[in-house]
Amino acid sequence: MSNIVVIAEVRGGQLKRPSLEAVTAAQQLAAATGGKVTAIACGAGIDAACAELGKAAHKVVAIDGPAFANYSGDAYARAIADQVKAAGASAVLMAHTAMGKDLMPRVSALLDTAIVTDATGVSFAGGAFTAQKPIFAGKALMTAKALKAPFCATLRPNNFAAATSGGSGEVAKVAPPAGDLLSVVKEIVASAGGKTPLQEAKVVVSGGRGLREPAAFKMIEDLAAAFGPGVAAVGASRAVVDAGWRPHSEQVGQTGKVVSPPLYFAIGISGAIQHIAGMRTARTIVAINKDADAPIFKIADYGIVGDAFEIVPALTKAIAEVVKHK
Amino acid sequence: MDIVVCIKRVPTTDAAIKIAADGKSIDPTGVQYELNAYDEFALEQALRIKEQLGAGSVTVVTIGPKECKKQLDDALARGADKAVLLTTTEWIHDGASTAAALAAWIKTVPCNVVLCGRQAVDSDNNQLPANLAARLGFACVTEVNKLTLENGTFTAERDIEGAREVVTCRTPAVISCQKGLNEPRYANLKGIMAAKKKPFVEAAAQLAPRAIEIVSLTLPAARAAGKILGQGADAVPALIAALRNEAKAL
Repeated sequence: MSNIVVIAEVRGGQLKRPSLEAVTAAQQLAAATGGKVTAIACGAGIDAACAELGKAAHKVVAIDGPAFANYSGDAYARAIADQVKAAGASAVLMAHTAMGKDLMPRVSALLDTAIVTDATGVSFAGGAFTAQKPIFAGKALMTAKALKAPFCATLRPNNFAAATSGGSGEVAKVAPPAGDLLSVVKEIVASAGGKTPLQEAKVVVSGGRGLREPAAFKMIEDLAAAFGPGVAAVGASRAVVDAGWRPHSEQVGQTGKVVSPPLYFAIGISGAIQHIAGMRTARTIVAINKDADAPIFKIADYGIVGDAFEIVPALTKAIAEVVKHK
Repeated sequence: MDIVVCIKRVPTTDAAIKIAADGKSIDPTGVQYELNAYDEFALEQALRIKEQLGAGSVTVVTIGPKECKKQLDDALARGADKAVLLTTTEWIHDGASTAAALAAWIKTVPCNVVLCGRQAVDSDNNQLPANLAARLGFACVTEVNKLTLENGTFTAERDIEGAREVVTCRTPAVISCQKGLNEPRYANLKGIMAAKKKPFVEAAAQLAPRAIEIVSLTLPAARAAGKILGQGADAVPALIAALRNEAKAL
């Protein structure tokens, strides 16, 4: 019982990259426990994804069949829990994605075991698994020890490199078990406009109440666009989301998304604790605010004091110049 | 339809978090508490489902200290029919043991639908609703921001990475609610008066044995203080230079 299982995420036949990050974490745990890494993937027609997993996992179990063509949290969880038992797992890992958040708690409940979600680190020492995770949106970090086995954890994306080697290429195919699907995905609608997802963007440009009116976000969008296609995403403070200026999908902070981009702009955002919790791990933070005493300047690497309506268009022009000459 | 809404009392989102002397818990000094923001959407959705069907009940339940009565009373004032406080003095951070305790309690009451916030903003686990669903044998959809009920079946929508998922879900079900699902109502005076006459049950929580144990809590490293580069648009060239040469961010 020293093997480590990774639950892989396959969507539309494609293996999602965070699953390979989970394999890296699993390889590190397996080195400590003396076990092997087994990856479990669900879907219909997932040979290519399983071949990719097989490059890094000692063994791949493909639960492959028409019944699993569309994601079903309950049916996937039942099938996976059975395979986890068969694999002799001491720990089970999955990426903390929309699917991971939905699926892993179900699997852990069926195994009646311990679970830590959104972990940024996992380890095995002295016969026990521990995980580290941010709580209070990163205002504090918790290290917790598992008291039940197998230990289940979801891993925050972008904390481990993607595994590409160390596997044996062995893929065992099993059919999805019979049974009803209590819930099932009927349709997946791609987001309109091909926007860069906030949590994957290299640059996040966020606006707040200091912009005075929703129309002023045009200026924020222009600055984001100046970085070129697919680079920057627009974010928003809780105040402007609550006021209905921007959708909740753009909210950065404790009741929105936690982002950690290489470059973050806070424009017209005073820097409430709940906002800072969502962006404090950005590598470089730039703040533009009228109020020189705004708390945002205490955590920003660079600040400009003044009117955003004057500064942001000038900044957009300057960024566009830099990008053009790259 | 009998609906159970699971809520949690959490420190306000503007609370500064300090670690207690034991290094394993939060220092409660000066901390104010509120109803977890996502649970407001769950309660509102429960009230709307009851209104849509014109029948059924909404029971709001929490596990926590006696002080949770304030949040439960508020839920009753907004329109819930009954409140249940399962008391404990422990900080509820272990999703597995919490889900086991809630599942054991839910099995003792009439329940077709459980509504929860997508996560509590203290432990940020985002695991209780799906964990609970598996223990109850219920269907489940998490992080829902659009929900319709027709002929006993839910159609739920949720955001996933770069796309939206439309999910059909039978009842009984657990639904976890994301911001954007609805606009929560607040209690009015009539509701506050009516709440005083509604059933309020208090009992000791039967917590399952812990599945995880906190080894330590720490604060993240503080960010070094930055520089104010200047005033107004004149400071833009200095910012571009700093981002290029010093931060290597451009």
